[in-house]
Amino acid sequence: MTMKVRFRDINMTFGSTRVLEDVNLDVREGELVCILGPSGCGKSTLLNIVGGFLQPTSGKVTIDDEPVTGPDPRRIFVFQERGVFPWLTVEGNIGFGLHRLSDAEKRARIAHYVGLVGLRGFEQSYPRELSGGMKQRLEVARALAVDPDVLYLDEPFGALDSITRLQMRRELLRIWEAEKKTILFVTHDIEESVQLADRIVVMSTRPAHIRRIVEVDIPHPRDLSAPRYIEVRDSIFAEIGLAHQV
Amino acid sequence: MSQTHRWLPATGIALAVGLWQLGVSMSAGTLVPGPVAVAKGIGELAVKGLLVRYVVASLFRVTWGYLAALLIAIPLGIALGLSRRGEMALNPILQVLRPISPLAWIPIAILWFGVGDVSAMFLIFLASLLPLTVTALHAVHNIDAVHLSAGLNFGLSRPQLVRSVIVPAILPQLIVGMRIALGIAWLVVVAAEMIAVNSGLGFLIVDARNAGNRYDLVVAGMVLIGVIGVGLDALMRRLERLDSVRWGYADAA
Repeated sequence: MTMKVRFRDINMTFGSTRVLEDVNLDVREGELVCILGPSGCGKSTLLNIVGGFLQPTSGKVTIDDEPVTGPDPRRIFVFQERGVFPWLTVEGNIGFGLHRLSDAEKRARIAHYVGLVGLRGFEQSYPRELSGGMKQRLEVARALAVDPDVLYLDEPFGALDSITRLQMRRELLRIWEAEKKTILFVTHDIEESVQLADRIVVMSTRPAHIRRIVEVDIPHPRDLSAPRYIEVRDSIFAEIGLAHQV
Repeated sequence: MSQTHRWLPATGIALAVGLWQLGVSMSAGTLVPGPVAVAKGIGELAVKGLLVRYVVASLFRVTWGYLAALLIAIPLGIALGLSRRGEMALNPILQVLRPISPLAWIPIAILWFGVGDVSAMFLIFLASLLPLTVTALHAVHNIDAVHLSAGLNFGLSRPQLVRSVIVPAILPQLIVGMRIALGIAWLVVVAAEMIAVNSGLGFLIVDARNAGNRYDLVVAGMVLIGVIGVGLDALMRRLERLDSVRWGYADAA
C-alpha cells in the first residue's frame, strides 16, 4: 500500500519550550490514524505542521512525496465546530471552497453534501440556529465538498455532549467508508481512538514523542463490549500509566 | 414586552414635556420658551420653508462627510489591521489625533476650504474618520484565527480572503463603530454650522439668537437635532438585524 503522508524527524520548539521530539510516522492512503495524547502535549502542533499552518523547527513532512509548504485545498483541516463561518448559511458554508466551479456544479455538490451529513431542510439556516453536532457536521461537509484527499481533524467532537459525540463518530466512519479519505484525527480520548482508528499513535507528555503505535485489528462496526476492544483499550490505558479505575 | 410596558417610553416623554410646561408657567418672565411656543416655532419654520431646507442642508453635509470617511477609513483600518508594520508606523499618529476635538480643526478647515459646505463636510469627515479607522483595525485583530486559517486552507488569494473572510468577519463590530461615528458626525455638523455656513440646524440656533433672541426657535432647533439624531441611530440599528451579521451580537442566539 502506498504511503500518503510521511513525517520525518519532526522537531518543534516554541522559544525555549520543546514541544515535539523526533516524530517519525508514515500514514497509508485511505487510513484513519488517531493521534492520541494528553491535553497540551503537542499533538495539535503536529497536526498544524502537516496542515501547513506551522513550520517545524527541523524535519519535514511530505504528502505524495511533495514537501508541505503551506495550507492546501487538497487537504482540509477541520477545527472544532467554531470553524464554520457564522456569516454564511449552511449552503454558503458548504459552497465556500467551491469558487472555481460553475454554478450548476456548485449547486449539485452542495446538495450532495447537505444530504450526506443529514442537514437537508437546513440549507438556508445560519450556524447560530444549529446545534453543536449540526455545526460539526456542517464543517465536515464543507471540508468534503472540495474533495480533498486528506482530512485533518483536531479534537473535532471535543465540545459536544457524550451522546452526540458517539453519534458523530458513527457518522464519521460512515462518511469515511463512503468517501475513502485519508484521515488524521487528533484526540485525547482513549475510547474515541479505539472506536475509530486503524492505528493509534500514542504520544507522550511534552516534549511529545511517539510512545507506541497500536494497530486496531477490529473490523467496523466495533462492539464496545467485545473482549478484543477492551483488550486494546486497556493496553493503551496501561501504556499511558493509568489504572483503569475511577 | 407586556402591553403596559409598551407605553412607558411615550409616558416618559409626555411627563418630561409636562414638567417643562409646568416649570415655564410657574416662573413668570423666564427667557426659556415652553413646549407650546417651541411647537409653534417649528410650525413657523415649516411654513417659511426653512424647516425642510435646514434639515436637508445638515443631512447633506453629514452624508457626504461621513461617506467619504467610510470610504477611506474601512480600507485603511483593514490594511493596518493586517500589517503589523503599518500599524506600528501609523498607530501613534492616530492616537495623538484622536483626543483632538474635531472642532479644534474649524480654523484650519476655514483656512483651507473657506466658509461653506466643504468646510463643514471636512470637519464631519475628520470626526468620523478616526473612530472608524480604529474600529476597523481592532475588528481585524479580533477575527477568530480559525476563520482565517480556514480561508487560507481553501486556497483563497489575499484579495479573496479580504472579501470572503475578513470583511464579513469584522462587519458586526464595524456596524457598531459606524453607528457611533454617525452619532459623532451629527454632533459635529451642528457645531460646524454655527461657524462655517449660513444654513442648517446649527446655523438656525445661532441665527435665531443673534436675530432677535428668538429662543423658541433656538429650542426648536435643539428638538429637531435630537429627533433626527434618534432617527439616524434607528436607521443604523436596522443594519444590526441583517442575517449575516446577527451572529456578532450577544442577543444573536
